[in-house]
Amino acid sequence: MILLELLAGFLEIGLFSFGGGYGAIPLIREVVLSYGWIEEEKLAYIIAVSESTPGPIMVNMATYIGSVKAGVPGAVIATAAVILPAFLIVILLTVLLKKLVEKGAVQSMLGALTSCVIGVILATGVFMILTNCIGSFTEIAVDYTAVILTAVLGTVYFGSKLIWKNGISPILLICIAGVAGVIAYGV
Amino acid sequence: MKLILELFLTFSKIGLFTFGGGYAMLSLIERICVTRKEWITHDEMMRITVIAESTPGPIAINCATYIGYKKKGLPGALAATFGVVLPSFLIILLISFFLDRFLEIKWVASAFRGIKIAVGILIVGAAVRMIRKMKKEPLTIVILSIAASAMMAINIFALRVSTIALMAAAAVAGLIAYLIRCRKGKEEPK
Repeated sequence: MILLELLAGFLEIGLFSFGGGYGAIPLIREVVLSYGWIEEEKLAYIIAVSESTPGPIMVNMATYIGSVKAGVPGAVIATAAVILPAFLIVILLTVLLKKLVEKGAVQSMLGALTSCVIGVILATGVFMILTNCIGSFTEIAVDYTAVILTAVLGTVYFGSKLIWKNGISPILLICIAGVAGVIAYGV
Repeated sequence: MKLILELFLTFSKIGLFTFGGGYAMLSLIERICVTRKEWITHDEMMRITVIAESTPGPIAINCATYIGYKKKGLPGALAATFGVVLPSFLIILLISFFLDRFLEIKWVASAFRGIKIAVGILIVGAAVRMIRKMKKEPLTIVILSIAASAMMAINIFALRVSTIALMAAAAVAGLIAYLIRCRKGKEEPK
């Protein structure tokens, strides 16, 4: 039953997505691939669409995947499921446990949790870049166009941060990448 | 009822105009809810940010829930949260109906092959930004390195280990580190 799967999968994502925005991407990727909802290729497109539209990335991804898998009911259920844990936790914290997050033990656990999430995000990003460039790890086939595009876009994105404080925005990078893709892969 | 409607409308506006997620939203929420509407104080806003960062889920959702609850209890929380999600929900729903057909056009597919590369870079960029902001202690650096290597191995060898397991292990390590610090008496247990 796809609706139940969406509910379970996105509740899990909502409950364990620490670190905001990109923090949820490794987990979404894992859940989406393990249920076989969407192929890896499509996932990057959905991330780009979610980043280029208003609203939190993980909520947008939930809406999109829910809609593709089970239409409007799927979108509603996936979106509600991904929000529900955060909703309940904030209300619980405001009502009952205001001081809990300030406790030393909790802070220490959160610090460790955050560093773990950062490591996981880093590895996910690096892995995505590598698979773009060499295909899969079992059958290596280097895509030189992708290697060049990665080098150019990486230089533009990180280089712009050296020149002025915030650098170019993610949306601008996505636009540049789209144009570069058309030039490199043809019309 | 009027306040509930106002919460809903205000947060729909916030939801509609914030690209780039979480942190971009915080400044808009602060401007509207603290400065203009005076729904919460600046200190409360800081506290919400801490709570939002320490709880799962998108920061904008956490803020909406907190402010809505504070102003009008559960109905207020529902109205604000529903409001902040609704605009992007409708936009994404619309896109999801035609993206697949859109991708059949050759130049669109080419554009998305380029965009796919940008997404990898953006994710690495997000990690770099978080590393810069992170409190750098031996423990956090070790955990970060282990988590990154473990995740890399999981991806490359397609291991069936969940990131949730990694996070649980990290949380336990954090707790143990805290207990050790307490034992040494560097930090008073609270």
